[in-house]
Amino acid sequence: MTATTVLDVGASSPGKRRSLWRYWRGNLKGSEFTWALAFSVPYIAVFLGFVAYPVFYGLWMGSDPALYSDVFSDVIYQDTVINTLVFVVLGVNLKLFLALLLSGVFMRPGWLTKVMLMLFVLPWAVPQLPAFISLHWMLNGEWGLLNNALWILGGIEGPSWLNERWTALGAAIASHLWKWTPFWTVILLAGRMSIPQDIYDAAKVDGATGLNRFLFVTFPLLANLYLVLTLLATIFLLGDFNTVFFVTGGGPNNETHLLATLGIRNAFDLARPDLGVAVVMTALPVLIPLVIILMRKLRTTEVQL
Amino acid sequence: MSMRGFAVSGPLAIAATSDRSTRAGRAARRRRHASNAAILLLYAVMLVWTLTPIYNIVMIALEHEGDVYGNSIVPVQPSFDSFWVVVSQGYWYLENFWHQFGNTVFIAGMVTFLVLLIASMTSFTVGRMRLRNGWLLTNAALLTYVIPASFLAIPFYLIMNRYGLANNPWSVIAALVTFATPYAIFIFQEYGRSIPLELDESARIDGASPLVIYLRIYLPLMSPALVAVGTYALLLAWNEYLYQFLLLSDKRSMTVPVALAQFLNSDQAPWNYMMATAIIYALPPLATYYAFRHRMSSGLTMGGVKG
Repeated sequence: MTATTVLDVGASSPGKRRSLWRYWRGNLKGSEFTWALAFSVPYIAVFLGFVAYPVFYGLWMGSDPALYSDVFSDVIYQDTVINTLVFVVLGVNLKLFLALLLSGVFMRPGWLTKVMLMLFVLPWAVPQLPAFISLHWMLNGEWGLLNNALWILGGIEGPSWLNERWTALGAAIASHLWKWTPFWTVILLAGRMSIPQDIYDAAKVDGATGLNRFLFVTFPLLANLYLVLTLLATIFLLGDFNTVFFVTGGGPNNETHLLATLGIRNAFDLARPDLGVAVVMTALPVLIPLVIILMRKLRTTEVQL
Repeated sequence: MSMRGFAVSGPLAIAATSDRSTRAGRAARRRRHASNAAILLLYAVMLVWTLTPIYNIVMIALEHEGDVYGNSIVPVQPSFDSFWVVVSQGYWYLENFWHQFGNTVFIAGMVTFLVLLIASMTSFTVGRMRLRNGWLLTNAALLTYVIPASFLAIPFYLIMNRYGLANNPWSVIAALVTFATPYAIFIFQEYGRSIPLELDESARIDGASPLVIYLRIYLPLMSPALVAVGTYALLLAWNEYLYQFLLLSDKRSMTVPVALAQFLNSDQAPWNYMMATAIIYALPPLATYYAFRHRMSSGLTMGGVKG
């Protein structure tokens, strides 16, 4: 059966090939098609060499089932899964909810709001490394600015934030919010600004002000964008390495790792790259559905980030 | 359905429109004052929240080494000494500072150039030449955009080592181009829709080759998007840490962020030098960001929500 099919293809090869050729060429004329191919070669090369190859290499590295019994029996890994869940759920939702509220505040007219917006986006504009190093030192229990300020201004003896698991994780989440809320605020602000004023005028005639205006006009129009941003923020946050690496360093006693930082630790500090890849791979059951939903959403809706 | 919600709040609208010295008007004014006060309070909280970590960087950079380990919240004897130490490479961790700064500039410049080149060529074939099955390219870009870069770091590192590209800036450039190009392609595709295809058509009839159309028509008309994407790529390359950390470990090949993070591992980190380095490293991207902020946000704004 297969043999005959192959033969068939072989026999009718010239015609078939020409139609296939025509199919790929579309309505482009000879030399234009060559140009089109030449223009798309660089990106195809980048994708195959630096995305497809590492992805398959990673999948191959993590394909040994024995690795996963090592991973799952690791106490640090078990802590890491909980940390990642807490970090993602709190991080994404607090960040986007704050961004949604603040984007409304930044819709206010006047120079004061404009100046505030310029200052508010500062954490986003500062490179990650200086920001997180500063936060790390600021939260130092003995010499950090936060505890010094608490002592001088309020007479409160602050805890050593980074030496206890949950305060350290909380510090990492707060640092992440500090760094990234401005970015999502700006996107939601752009979303709000693209809502035509007529709709608000019409709503005003109908008597919608304040909370009603938000609930029945703004939010329904932003809901789709908000959903896409939630998915995107979840994926970005799952891959966030810098926050935890610099603010807590995974400590104390490796109790505040996320999957991304634990993977790097296993691969480079323990010199077990396969174990590092395996840790990251355990995120795939969550990541793949998210990616599929998000890709479908991004393709069908006109959301532009 | 939602219209029913508005009917309930009818009286509110009347109160808002009859804003004279009636009782309702006074109540409305009082409410406006209260909300203004609330906004001012909110702004004050936001200022403290936003500026404290940045103040912390500046404060420590201005302190002397011994005063860093103290309990004051203002610099004790402020001085610019630590900046001078960084600029003159006067500390053993900083002996290659300007060389490393040059590495950062080189990598960021190359990434920006290659992202603009590759992404504009790709979006030209997909959007303008309408290459059959061009959606495959767009989807490949979309997929890359949603894969967390840190998840690919380990296999990427091993592959680059196998190619003998460890401690070679081109391995980092390859990684950063890979992760910055997808977003660039989206922006170009979206922006390209506003340029009429008839321009390409008429040039084609006049006998212009695709290369000429790309160089003479497409790129000049895309220049606003090129500026926005160029800024994006530049900042991404300048600010990235993980790949630079993994791939560049040699003192002469490493970039400023890698050198900066190295401080953390030393026994007694000289925090004032570190923060001064951090400020010098952060100033170029900050200046770029604030200079091109409005052009970048035009890219972000385009069709924020539709329908």
